Amino acid sequence: MLTLSGIAIVVVGFLLRMNPLLVVAAAAIVTGLAGGHDLVTVISTFGRAFNDNRYVSLVWLVLPVIGLLERYGLQERARQLIGRVRTATPGRLLLLYLVVRQATAALGLVSLGGQAQMVRPLVAPMAEGAAENSFGNLSDTERQLVRAHSAGADNVGVFFGEDIFIAIGSVLLIKGFLEQNGIIVSPLALSVWAIPTAIAALAIHGTRLLLLDRRLRRKTESGDRP
Amino acid sequence: MIRLGAVYILAGLLFAAVAVFSAQDPSNPRRFRNAAFWGLIGVSFVAGNLLGDFGNGLLVLALVGLGGLGRLGHGRPATTTADARRQSATERGDRLFLPALVIPATALAGTLILKRVTIGGAALIEPGQATLISLALGVAIALSGAMIWLRPPMSAPAQEARRLLDSVGWAAILPQLLAALGAVFALSGVGDEVGKLMTGTMPLDGRFAAVASYTVGMALFTMVMGNAFAAFPVMTAAIGLPLIVRRFGGDPTAVAAIGMLSGFCGTLMTPMAANFNIVPVVLLELNDRNAVIKAQAPTALCLLMVNTGLMYFLAFR
Repeated sequence: MLTLSGIAIVVVGFLLRMNPLLVVAAAAIVTGLAGGHDLVTVISTFGRAFNDNRYVSLVWLVLPVIGLLERYGLQERARQLIGRVRTATPGRLLLLYLVVRQATAALGLVSLGGQAQMVRPLVAPMAEGAAENSFGNLSDTERQLVRAHSAGADNVGVFFGEDIFIAIGSVLLIKGFLEQNGIIVSPLALSVWAIPTAIAALAIHGTRLLLLDRRLRRKTESGDRP
Repeated sequence: MIRLGAVYILAGLLFAAVAVFSAQDPSNPRRFRNAAFWGLIGVSFVAGNLLGDFGNGLLVLALVGLGGLGRLGHGRPATTTADARRQSATERGDRLFLPALVIPATALAGTLILKRVTIGGAALIEPGQATLISLALGVAIALSGAMIWLRPPMSAPAQEARRLLDSVGWAAILPQLLAALGAVFALSGVGDEVGKLMTGTMPLDGRFAAVASYTVGMALFTMVMGNAFAAFPVMTAAIGLPLIVRRFGGDPTAVAAIGMLSGFCGTLMTPMAANFNIVPVVLLELNDRNAVIKAQAPTALCLLMVNTGLMYFLAFR
């Protein structure tokens, strides 16, 4: 039971909005010590795992390109582009992105999107531009809502698309785990079972994105009549 | 052969440049703290394998101290004004999208084609690392093209990266730190403990109760651990296989596949999945740290119910 104290630290730390780096490091050290390991072993395990997982932070490699293009007006261009499409609303645009993200992920092309590569430079500015064109000036709250939904569309799309692809990590993990337990399944059979949830995800999140338009319209209209 | 190590050196040089420019920026009151933070990440990328496990552990603790105790500052690298950007956007037009799209296009080409290319019998790309190496290749191609076309100062890519990294701040290493926490959890057997705790407290008599405990348990456990991959083996060994498959006769393929997707519902609702839920908050400059989670939570909860229903109605035919 004592080994669960690290989880308690994480939960309490995030609830109290403490700095996540401190929370995670404290949780790691407490968990390791509670598991009966000495401090040097715990710090070494933490350090080795940090070093082994450097690839996680490689996503920041795209920042020089994104930053350089922003310097020359990439985000502004994304807004101008969406401004030429009269029927574009943030909900419709994000629904389209959700469909494309989910479909490409289902084909195994998960690296076609992403928060740093796609959402910050292109999707979020386009969604904001579409919101301004459709509903006039946005308050800061509404602007942040549109941005948060841009990030959400990327996540939902990739999560509930990738499992349809037979060679994605999670499908291989399931196959390997079942094999260890004496059950042989084909990756194709696993990926077929991901299709009903994928359709539900598209229907549910797609509907919510279209409802986002209604919500923004109501808010901006009520703003005109205080 | 292009190896992942080469990509790490590239990343290390980027962080080192950001550190040097940070130290030279008098507009940032905490410039030396920023320089040390980005500099240590650079050291980790370039020389992480030479530091030893304990050395790496001390490096992590130093990063946590710099980014967690006290605040990192914001540098103000010279960049363009809003008016200049609008004008440039109008002048340069849709060609501005091209370098940004080169990155995913190269990643695509890398995964589909480069993976199979051999030169003199040796693979061009380190096996298993095609995605990350083609990401780096895409960045290199896009950056060279943009430099030739736009002719900015030579320091511009690193300075613009510094502008963005300073706004990301401590969150830049959070996903990697959480991955390291997962290793310590594994060392201490946290997964098994949580599995025991959950199976001990959940109602497991009856087919529906077992299915619901498994799907909801996958989501909860995933929220605690930050990813469904850590939760899946524990929960499936505790509930999925012994109860739903063996006792109630569920189809293991459907149970496992839908169980994993129930875990993904948890991923949408936890700050522990930092690269999906916290990194966009800082990248999009949102005030509420949980803004992305709040945007996703209703979808995640609905999908969790759908998954429970799907497993209950489809796995026992």
